[in-house]
Amino acid sequence: MRNIWVIWQKELNSYFVSPVAYLLLTMFAVIFGYFFWSSVGYFNFASLQSQMSGGNMPMSVNEYVIRPLLSNMGVIGLFFIPMMTMRLFAEEKRLGTIELLATSPIRDIEIILGKWLSAVTLYAVLLLFTGINFAFLFRYGNPDWKPLVIGYLGLLLQAGGLLAIGTFISTLTSNQIIAGAATFGVCLLLWVLEWPSGFETAGWAKVLAYMSVVTHIDSFSKGVLDTKDAVYYLSLIFLGLFLTSRSMESLRWRS
Amino acid sequence: MITVQGLTKRYARTLAVDHISFEVTKGQIVGFLGPNGAGKTTTMRILTCFLPPSEGTANVAGFDVLEQPLEVKKRIGYLPETPPVYQEMEVKEYLTFVGKLKGMSGQSLANRVAEVAERTAIADVQNKLIGKLSKGYRQRVGLAQAIIHNPDVLILDEPTAGLDPKQIIETRDLIRSLAGDHTIILSTHILPEVEQTCEQVLIINKGKLVATDSVHNLQNRARGAESVMLEVEGRSGAIDSQTIQHRLETVNGVSRVLLKDSRGDRSVFEVESLKDRSIRGDLARAVVESGWNLNELRPAAMSLEEIFLQLTGSEKVEEPVPAEAVVQGESQ
Repeated sequence: MRNIWVIWQKELNSYFVSPVAYLLLTMFAVIFGYFFWSSVGYFNFASLQSQMSGGNMPMSVNEYVIRPLLSNMGVIGLFFIPMMTMRLFAEEKRLGTIELLATSPIRDIEIILGKWLSAVTLYAVLLLFTGINFAFLFRYGNPDWKPLVIGYLGLLLQAGGLLAIGTFISTLTSNQIIAGAATFGVCLLLWVLEWPSGFETAGWAKVLAYMSVVTHIDSFSKGVLDTKDAVYYLSLIFLGLFLTSRSMESLRWRS
Repeated sequence: MITVQGLTKRYARTLAVDHISFEVTKGQIVGFLGPNGAGKTTTMRILTCFLPPSEGTANVAGFDVLEQPLEVKKRIGYLPETPPVYQEMEVKEYLTFVGKLKGMSGQSLANRVAEVAERTAIADVQNKLIGKLSKGYRQRVGLAQAIIHNPDVLILDEPTAGLDPKQIIETRDLIRSLAGDHTIILSTHILPEVEQTCEQVLIINKGKLVATDSVHNLQNRARGAESVMLEVEGRSGAIDSQTIQHRLETVNGVSRVLLKDSRGDRSVFEVESLKDRSIRGDLARAVVESGWNLNELRPAAMSLEEIFLQLTGSEKVEEPVPAEAVVQGESQ
């Protein structure tokens, strides 16, 4: 436990000592701010129009602002995740510092968990920043807070899975760019796996859709905590971390 | 302290380490000598539990590297070929991090960091970024991290590579001062380094242990016959180097004379003596008495290559490289 904490601290430090964390935070905040602004702008326009045309049902902020924003946030995250994981192991391999970690009295799994958790923490900080935008909704509107919290939880789980995959890919190379590009490719693929289910009803399309990371986020952003979807993300996390530990082990046998 | 038996490491196609067995007792400094690619680093990586052996066993401080790697790692300090430092960390921060990795904490860690920084002479840069340090400092930071947890066994992979001569001497002194409390294995391809720091030598070539001996014995083995470089100049005009060579060959105790270079009126010879004969005085007299100038007379340093060839029983190299050249050439 203590060793995980030591690694976690070191990794988080290196995110925040280098400009990486600040760059990601700034970009995330700016892009999300823009999304938020246009989304709210559109919502105002649409609700004004619906009032003018005599509609008396007030439009739901949750339905028309929060939900699409949450799924947009996932998309932005898709671009940021490779940048967060690519250096985790690739850098250590390039600099040779992996020898220090591997010859210290600390288990592989502690190294892996420490590193992965630091990436998850950084992602959580990114999400936290977007909370500022939502605070305005609560100040001037009256949305339901539960779907928002559950939506955040879903995003964190989704990112956790993708970050685990990214961590694994980072152990495969000593080149950060390769690790980043490969992670982006795999994440994007996991994202679009559900597309065939839009035109195909056969079993394989359903399987593909089930494997996609997007399919399982819907319930969360609706504010429903569905065990089935949570289990999917937890399995993805487990798979990623398991592959990472196997890869680290094979590193020793090969190198 | 360290027992290695039949240690073998096989990679996909190559045999990096081939059935090596040796033993190191507590408090000794052992030099691991061999050319690049001989299997030094691989053996060290096995001892530090970085790599598993393909065959054989290695026991460090009473624990097997395969069975109880965590126990071994607790008792080992390792400086790999390139110091495993993080560029973006400050020296003090880095040493603290390594200390924590090794299971230390709190005030005792802070004290130890200060102590180690003092001992490795990096106290003056402890608040600097490692990325901004010179190679020499970085190497010493690497050494500092290896001894931070006061390990029983220190494994140093070419600890003086890339240092300037002054730093090399300081580092050797430091390593010598660490012996006693620590058992040290250091690898190098520089012979004088072994002579100056180590008590015991393991010579490894192409994955095989070629010789295990004390430094003293090794020197005798390599230097049983004296080898002398000699530059002779004709006093008036050009001289025939053949004539000089014949004259030198007649000197008592000379076994072989090689003409190394001949330029105008100057000729350079390498003269080898018979075993256990000192020939320098006789050589000088012979040259001067024949009416030539003796420009230079110095013992030719046995290069590592030559010793290797002697030990492995191969043929003599064409152009032996002086030890100094080996130092500079290979440390780049």
